[in-house]
Amino acid sequence: MKNDLNRRRRNARSRFAYLLCVFSAVLALIPLVMIISYVIFQGASALNLDFLTQLPKPVGETGGGMGNAIVGSLILVGIASVIGLPVGILAGAYLAEFRSPRLSWLVRLLADILSGVPSIIVGVFVYALLVLTMKRFSALAGGVALGIMMLPTVARTTEEMLRMVPDSLREASLALGIPRWRTIISIVIKTAGGGILTGIMLAIARISGETAPLLFTALNSRTWPVGLDQPVASLPVQIYTYAISPYADWHQQAWAGSLVLVLMVLVLSVGSKLYFGKKMKMAR
Amino acid sequence: MALPLLSLPDNVKKHGRQGSGKLGDPIFTGLTFAAACTILILMALLVYMLFQDSLPSIREFGLGFLSSEEWDPVKDIYGAKPFIYGTVASSLIALVIAVPLSLGIAIYLSQFAPRWLRAPLGFLVELLAAIPSVVYGLWGIFVLAPFLGKTIEPFFADHLGGIPIFSGPVYGVGLFSAGVVLAIMILPTISAISRESMLNVARDQKEAAQALGATPWETVRIAVLPLARPGIIGAVILGLGRALGETMAVTMLIGNRPEISASIFAPAYSIASVIANEFAEVTAGIHMAALIELALILLVITLVLNLFARLLIQKPGSGGLKGKGRA
Repeated sequence: MKNDLNRRRRNARSRFAYLLCVFSAVLALIPLVMIISYVIFQGASALNLDFLTQLPKPVGETGGGMGNAIVGSLILVGIASVIGLPVGILAGAYLAEFRSPRLSWLVRLLADILSGVPSIIVGVFVYALLVLTMKRFSALAGGVALGIMMLPTVARTTEEMLRMVPDSLREASLALGIPRWRTIISIVIKTAGGGILTGIMLAIARISGETAPLLFTALNSRTWPVGLDQPVASLPVQIYTYAISPYADWHQQAWAGSLVLVLMVLVLSVGSKLYFGKKMKMAR
Repeated sequence: MALPLLSLPDNVKKHGRQGSGKLGDPIFTGLTFAAACTILILMALLVYMLFQDSLPSIREFGLGFLSSEEWDPVKDIYGAKPFIYGTVASSLIALVIAVPLSLGIAIYLSQFAPRWLRAPLGFLVELLAAIPSVVYGLWGIFVLAPFLGKTIEPFFADHLGGIPIFSGPVYGVGLFSAGVVLAIMILPTISAISRESMLNVARDQKEAAQALGATPWETVRIAVLPLARPGIIGAVILGLGRALGETMAVTMLIGNRPEISASIFAPAYSIASVIANEFAEVTAGIHMAALIELALILLVITLVLNLFARLLIQKPGSGGLKGKGRA
């Protein structure tokens, strides 16, 4: 009898723990659902063609949009990609293909640590590196900051994807007398292309939402972008500026901007994950 | 994977390759080497420049910088204590909320959930990490902080107000709101990594526990959790590192007042927030050096935490990524 009671108590405790686990999973989904629905409902009411194509209006005038910020964000992500992608992919190739154990270990560790450096600190760093030397805030500085942020992600995913390519492919290519560099570029990287692309899209998704490293590198602007050496508006910074302003009209625009930004980021990251998931299934 | 590839190019070098490719290998190797070194140089430069540019402040205030509470740009007197307090306190609140929830999610996703649910649910939790932090901030200002200020905070202040950390007045905006948003933001990090290390616990360990008659929860407690512990601790530290450095959402919610008060509902200020708010408006001088020294402090803390976490997670054979026999 006593054993029986004991057993029942243990089963009850197990069920309780199970329920707690289910509860935490449900609880975690509540903010997700809330944020996304707020962004959609609040944002959709202020989103229109003007918002996507017009310049911001001065305080007091209604209307206007974030057209310049959207273009600015694209420019910044473009600069970041020009810098971050080649360096990241090459560094990943080094880690996967040329295995000098000690240097690889260090680079891998530092890449992981770099991805954990707070984004605002990358902003301070680029400020000291570029803004102070060029004596002005610029799109270039903002792009460099974002490029530094995407570097470790791209390098590490490239490495992992290249490692998944079987050695037999490399050997077959080398046996045909194809030089090593051609083997890596046209055989190994090409085979791992889908995976690398996924990593690139995730990295771009991540940096396009970054605000902190842009605050004092690209700064902000209320005009269309004029040059890479000039300050430029960006969607996240514009959302921030409008969100902390005291004007209801600007708050609405901040929601609309968030809708555009979240759509961009989610399409990139969800799209790449689904695409990659399908590839993985096909590979099996 | 274990083949010694390094020996192959030598063979190729000896036995015939087109003349045009002769320079290709050294150039390509050199390029990849340079790219890998870029990461090393960037990290070194990052630490060096922050140190270099904060020297005026380090010389002026010395160690007193860490313990002084005054932050007065008019009189050019700067102390880091309120910011260190705000950063650490908001992150600790985030951990208190996020760690139990993340572990619950990780246990559910790795042990209890039906197989068809695991991938989609894990995917949804990870979506939380994809939402930009400025959007968390926007939602925090207009939805979360007013909600907390009207419901949970008054509840605690009314019933437990005798305890200093729960004492009023409540504003909605403050340490607690910042901590809650941080908790939501670090939840995917902690749950994803701890779930990985729970999945890597060898199946025999679980079966052994089950054979002894353990209930599902007991199996988790005696077989899964102890073996996954290094990975879980690593996950929590990574989450902490992320919370300490998070800028936008905290800046928008913490209240931005350099004060240290006993209550978790009071407004405060974090290192990242004061940099975000003041940096663009400072031109030079000791104020800027003080801000950069704050950045340096934050950098050193996150570097140490990340280093520690990576070493824990990578440790082979103990819930690291090398375990075999996925449960």
